[in-house]
Amino acid sequence: MSIIEAIGIYKTYQETKVPVNALNGVDLKIEEGEFTAIVGPSGSGKTTLLNILGGLDLPTKGDILIENTNLKTLGSRQLIDFRLHNIGFVFQAYNLIPVLTAKENTEFIMELQKIPKKERSKKAMELLEAVGIADKANHKPGQLSGGQQQRVAVARALASKPRFIIADEPTANLDSRSTNELLEIMAEMNRKYHSTFIFATHDQRVMDKAHRIVTIDDGKIIGDETFEGR
Amino acid sequence: MLTAIAWRNLWRNKLRSTVIFTSIAVGIIGAVVSDGFMSGMTDQRVNSAIANEVSDIQVHNPSFLLNGEIQYQIPHAGHTMRKIESIPQVKGVSLRMRIQAMAASANAGAGITLYGVNPAAERKVSDLYKHIIQGKYLSSKDKIPAILGQKLAHKLNLDLGDKLIVTVTDSTGTITSGAFQITGIYKTANDRFDEANVFVRKKDLSALIGYPVKSGDEIAIRLKANGQTPVVMKKLQHIFQKEISSKQIVIQSWDQIQPLLKSMIAMMNYFSYIFLVIILAALAFAIINTMLMAVMERTREIGMLMALGMNKRKIFSLIMLETIFLSVVGAVLGLIISIFIINHYATYGFELSSVARGLNYIGYSSRIFFRVNTNFYITSIILVVVVAVMSSISPALKALKLQPATAIRDIQ
Repeated sequence: MSIIEAIGIYKTYQETKVPVNALNGVDLKIEEGEFTAIVGPSGSGKTTLLNILGGLDLPTKGDILIENTNLKTLGSRQLIDFRLHNIGFVFQAYNLIPVLTAKENTEFIMELQKIPKKERSKKAMELLEAVGIADKANHKPGQLSGGQQQRVAVARALASKPRFIIADEPTANLDSRSTNELLEIMAEMNRKYHSTFIFATHDQRVMDKAHRIVTIDDGKIIGDETFEGR
Repeated sequence: MLTAIAWRNLWRNKLRSTVIFTSIAVGIIGAVVSDGFMSGMTDQRVNSAIANEVSDIQVHNPSFLLNGEIQYQIPHAGHTMRKIESIPQVKGVSLRMRIQAMAASANAGAGITLYGVNPAAERKVSDLYKHIIQGKYLSSKDKIPAILGQKLAHKLNLDLGDKLIVTVTDSTGTITSGAFQITGIYKTANDRFDEANVFVRKKDLSALIGYPVKSGDEIAIRLKANGQTPVVMKKLQHIFQKEISSKQIVIQSWDQIQPLLKSMIAMMNYFSYIFLVIILAALAFAIINTMLMAVMERTREIGMLMALGMNKRKIFSLIMLETIFLSVVGAVLGLIISIFIINHYATYGFELSSVARGLNYIGYSSRIFFRVNTNFYITSIILVVVVAVMSSISPALKALKLQPATAIRDIQ
């Protein structure tokens, strides 16, 4: 069953006098448990598509259904609440809360979900353990390397038990070793918890791990390949 | 966790936060210290007026207040005094003869108010005996003694032992003169009082003007503690209900006798709050500026919080909490320093000797003992928090206008 269904998505930005068509009729279905990479050159519309799939932006035209909920029908408050309970995010620049420790960053989203303190503390430590950074639980982002921060970001994304995780260029700021470790962790999470990951990436190493690669150019999907056995 | 984030965010830009804490603290110190100074001045003036000039309560014949003539005496003065003395809050009662007179020396003359008093009773209602700077207070041993203020002594070019000639109207309406020997010179904080009031024994004055020594036109009442005036006034009005309604006597509290003092207290309080509001208005702009900068610097972070699912109410609360913490830290700091300053000057006083002459002329001492009402401290804190909350609205609304996708894209 598809957990995401994008139907005839158009996105036009009107920020200058000349309108910019970022997406030109995208149709895409994502199944539960997929490990999908959306690839394409800079300016092809990857991030725009990811923002729309993640409910951070709405399409100019078309519908985005997430398990039968059309995001276009949600008000801004409902959309925020929907993201909180259904979508996890991993950003290129990690975007952890700088004044909170790794554990507090992981707990943060659970607190927004009103999960009791004891339960969220236990879950946060389990997740930090799973991403191999439990020993840095009390470190703040400034005391962690880029790779370590991104692991915390993955733990935070998983903490809300989302239906899927959006990761926009998650390895762009990491060295090879950190990239490989992070991809291993995300692949493991995908295998172990059947978590659905959708990446936007340029990184060949991410593409090599992906089960499905959707290629986008000029706001249109120009390729969609599935790799069995990965 | 929202509280923890807000608190820790304060310390991300230590220099900026310190500047704001300091501004708020200096503002609070300015407001509290100026209130302490003004309240201290007011207190001293009021206390000095009660202790040396008017006492807490006075009783007169209503016609005396209208005409100022000694013939309008208090009926049954002795009986009235005894009734007043039976009130537990009363420390002392003194029956006086008060008369307008001309004072003269060999060199000059001046219009004065001449008081005939019983020295023992007067000591219980007036602290003037504590302000004798030369000679001594009135006593029964001296022959026709008089005490006068230093200012009047200078004006008439008189010294201890000199003769003071007073001219008054006696009980028959005849102008008569008498001589008193100066046995004491006093100096209060009020030059104008010192320049216009002479005290002699009642028995000497009654002999001069021909009124019985047991009569009088003014009863001065001093209470055991400050602030009891309204209670005792109520009691007196109840006890002397008949005499008051039949217009035999009129009872006035110190603020009715000197309404200017009452207005001055109200005015000083008013000024303190105006000053506080001006300071807080200036602080509001500093707070708005700081929080706007904090929001603009954290566009990406706020966008990320929204993306993760933090709702607008929580974003708003976060900005507001940060502002409140910022203000409360500054206010508490300011308050602690203010309390130290106020306590110091409340104990040792603040010396204004360079302008002592001017202050004394208008009735103020040159050493001001600060005092601040607990209410003013509490009001200051409340107003700082209110101003902080109001100042945080604009930055918080700016934060709410951010779109998560745009905010995050700005730096991706």
